[in-house]
Amino acid sequence: MESSSNGTFHLRRTRRKRIGMILAGVLFLATILGIVVLVTLLVDVAMQSRAWLDMQFLNSLPSRFADQAGIKPPLYGSLWLMGLTALISVPLGVASAVYLEEYARDGWFLQLIQINIANLAGVPSVVYGILGLALFVRFAALGQSLLAGALTLSLLILPIIIISTQEALRSLPTGLRESAYALGATRWQVIWSHVLPNAAPGIFTGVILALSRAIGETAPLILIGALTFVPFLPQSAMDQFTALPIQIFNWTARPQDEFRGLAAAAIVVLMILLFAMNLSAILLRDYFERQTAGE
Amino acid sequence: MSTESPPTSTAPESAAAEDRAAARPADDLTQQVYDSPKELAIKYALGACALVSVFTTLGIAAVLVIESIPFFQEVALTEFFGSAEWTPQFSEKHFGIWALLSGTILVTVISAVVALPIGLASAIYISEYAADWVRRVLKPGLELLAGVPTVVYGYFALTFVTPLLQTFVPGLGVYNALSAGIVVGIMIVPMVASLSEDALQAVPDSLSGAAYALGATKFETVLRVNVPAAFSGIMASFILAVSRAIGETMIVTLAAGASPKMTLDPTQSIQTMTAFIVQVSKGDTPQGTIVYQSIFAVGLVLFLITLAMNIFATRITQRYQEKY
Repeated sequence: MESSSNGTFHLRRTRRKRIGMILAGVLFLATILGIVVLVTLLVDVAMQSRAWLDMQFLNSLPSRFADQAGIKPPLYGSLWLMGLTALISVPLGVASAVYLEEYARDGWFLQLIQINIANLAGVPSVVYGILGLALFVRFAALGQSLLAGALTLSLLILPIIIISTQEALRSLPTGLRESAYALGATRWQVIWSHVLPNAAPGIFTGVILALSRAIGETAPLILIGALTFVPFLPQSAMDQFTALPIQIFNWTARPQDEFRGLAAAAIVVLMILLFAMNLSAILLRDYFERQTAGE
Repeated sequence: MSTESPPTSTAPESAAAEDRAAARPADDLTQQVYDSPKELAIKYALGACALVSVFTTLGIAAVLVIESIPFFQEVALTEFFGSAEWTPQFSEKHFGIWALLSGTILVTVISAVVALPIGLASAIYISEYAADWVRRVLKPGLELLAGVPTVVYGYFALTFVTPLLQTFVPGLGVYNALSAGIVVGIMIVPMVASLSEDALQAVPDSLSGAAYALGATKFETVLRVNVPAAFSGIMASFILAVSRAIGETMIVTLAAGASPKMTLDPTQSIQTMTAFIVQVSKGDTPQGTIVYQSIFAVGLVLFLITLAMNIFATRITQRYQEKY
């Protein structure tokens, strides 16, 4: 929309539309750049891992010799960590969210907790590692155990679980609660038999996404002292451990090409685990939604 | 139970009260519900769980401050904040945070240059242009990108991006700030894209409708009406993403090197605050030494910077949010 020097108004729609089309094309290219990088990363890792990924790799202990090395202890360590982290963080996170949504009254205290949770979600994971080191490893004298690792990761993902559970609770219609109260139900009956079952799909999805964040975390585990060389499988929550991301970090940091190949193979295993978790989150949500629709 | 009906169903005259009840079911709905001792016990148990998050924050602050005190008894604040030499491993030790801070700043600036334009462009495209089926492909794609563990990005930076850059940039070392910064940028693109898209979606259609009525083209409308209207949300997404980049650890540990120095040259090997913390804790530095204590001091600086940025981002969204 320009006016020339003699004051005549030129609409120039064709030109303006053409410029708009070109710039929209640029926006599109920028958008698919992210997808291109993701595909490049996956293809690169898959290519690098080809020579190393087999059953022997999954079933062997780590080794100084690349062709004998495997990821059994870190794989078990990661699964242990995930189980323990889920046991600690899910009840705690869901209970917090239920309190904040169903019990707490509007006021400065609720505001404070909400702001606090939002800020906790933005604290760098390495800082959680420092907290875990001082609080669980040393102060509570848990040592460099699976339990110390799981407690640290639980605090790390707690804000994510609380926020997603709150969203799931908030999306329920008020009528659901009103009808239960109208029939004389107590608060806990309303929550346990009506609110939580109906919010389950949303809660499950959030929990699985939070756990997939926990399973990929490296820095906090290094801080609390997860070992880099563990030639045994963990037997209890008090055992020392290693985990897949630690093993990947360790192999990647070595200069030899063989170990980079091993790192790529371990990455493939970790990514398959993550994709499986994401997929199960989607399937669970679909299943619950069909159940509710069928009622 | 009282014989009166709950206030929410009998008070059509107070629409405001009904609004509040809809917003927070806890407030009016349960006023007349009888709480038995068991009910009260459950309430307080749940409340105790909610307090865990408060204690986490207090715990982080307490640990960082208390554990830094011995460090600051030996290293003067003037040296810590006034020097750019960081040589904890040498016999003559220097602890000038600027050597690490400048590494963090360099990587963060590179990542912001990569991520902010790409993230915003993605947000605009997905929110304003993409057809439904394109959006259904792009959004999960970006979510997957956000779900890739950072150690995997570190592997990618070291074994793919650095060799690729070495073909364009002669003399680029194995460890350099450029590769790490670019990959950190890629990592935070989904965050910028998703938060900015939320902000753009919140702009009411009436604004763009008015622009079209005045004869603006689609691109002019998006650029001059929608984006400015969502400005506060977009700024908040930028700040949160940059704060995330500052706290990122594994990519910089693997790809940016371990040589703390003050430089603006992205082809050099540097060390960030986070990478220093990891370096010390994965080695066998004995507890109680000044080097061991230094990770708490560095952690404190890192925590304060990211906390300030997160609070700032929340403030921006609260204060400058356009009310429609």
